[in-house]
Amino acid sequence: MLVYLLLGIVFGVVLTKSEVLSWFRIQEMFRFQSFRMYGIIGSAVGTAAVSVAIIKRLRLKSASGEVISIPPKQLGTGIRYAAGGTIFGLGWALTGACPGPLFALIGAGVPVMIVAVLSALLGTWIYGWLRPRLPH
Amino acid sequence: MASWGATLWPWYVAGPIIGLFVPTLLIVGNKLFGFSSNLRHLCAALVPGRIESFRYDWRKRGLWNLMFMAGTLIGGFIALRWGTPHDVAISAQTRVSLAKLGIHDFAGIAPRELFAWHALLTLRGFVCVVVGGFLVGFGTAYAGGCTSGHAISGLADFQLSSLIAVIGFFAGGLVATYFILPLLF
Repeated sequence: MLVYLLLGIVFGVVLTKSEVLSWFRIQEMFRFQSFRMYGIIGSAVGTAAVSVAIIKRLRLKSASGEVISIPPKQLGTGIRYAAGGTIFGLGWALTGACPGPLFALIGAGVPVMIVAVLSALLGTWIYGWLRPRLPH
Repeated sequence: MASWGATLWPWYVAGPIIGLFVPTLLIVGNKLFGFSSNLRHLCAALVPGRIESFRYDWRKRGLWNLMFMAGTLIGGFIALRWGTPHDVAISAQTRVSLAKLGIHDFAGIAPRELFAWHALLTLRGFVCVVVGGFLVGFGTAYAGGCTSGHAISGLADFQLSSLIAVIGFFAGGLVATYFILPLLF
């Protein structure tokens, strides 16, 4: 478990040092006024894609000995991804942060994000409550 | 090593490091990189109520991620104190666009006109923090992932669902940037 805490620390450091968690940077991105965030996301996806392909090709096992597998996501009608994604996107531009950065921001000097996290928890909870009535 | 604290990490360093969380978590514990599930695990741990979605063994399925989440917060804390603080050097164009919106304080990582305790009492602060936070929480739960889960892990695994989600992320972000933010100032 400690290893996940340590990995999380690295994640928080990278997000802060690269300014991925800056509202200003997210605005730059949505206004297409800088390549930076696209470079970060693009190279992250690229690195991840190559790594996953290698892992699958070599059928690597995890530290506990099980063969690594990524369960595919259920597509369904696709509505949950389109609607949920758009709703999240609205929030992303307003807060300037996705869930990870919200937590890093609390540590990195923007404590008011505690309120954003509480509100996000409410949002997740309300989704859980409405779930049977929403299209998926 | 000391100089890394003081500089802005370039995109070609930060991006690959972030991307490497996918294989690292898979190799360490067959875990899929995806932060937003933590919001769900916190609901399950703290306020499951009688809601089906939150009745699962969150310790078994989510403790690893909650540790990751705690680490992320600590990482932000460490990074703030590592090196000297400097302003975010956004493009001149962005400065102009944001000034037109009504943002003039570019010190710090987030504008204090929006992200400060006193700003919560203003419409713009309330909408950006409280409404924004709610949309992040609801949206990621409905979509089943955020940028780490869909944009990075999902696209790396060539999942169509993740591509749809990412298109949604951008659609929503653009609408908020161009149509909602201007209404708040």
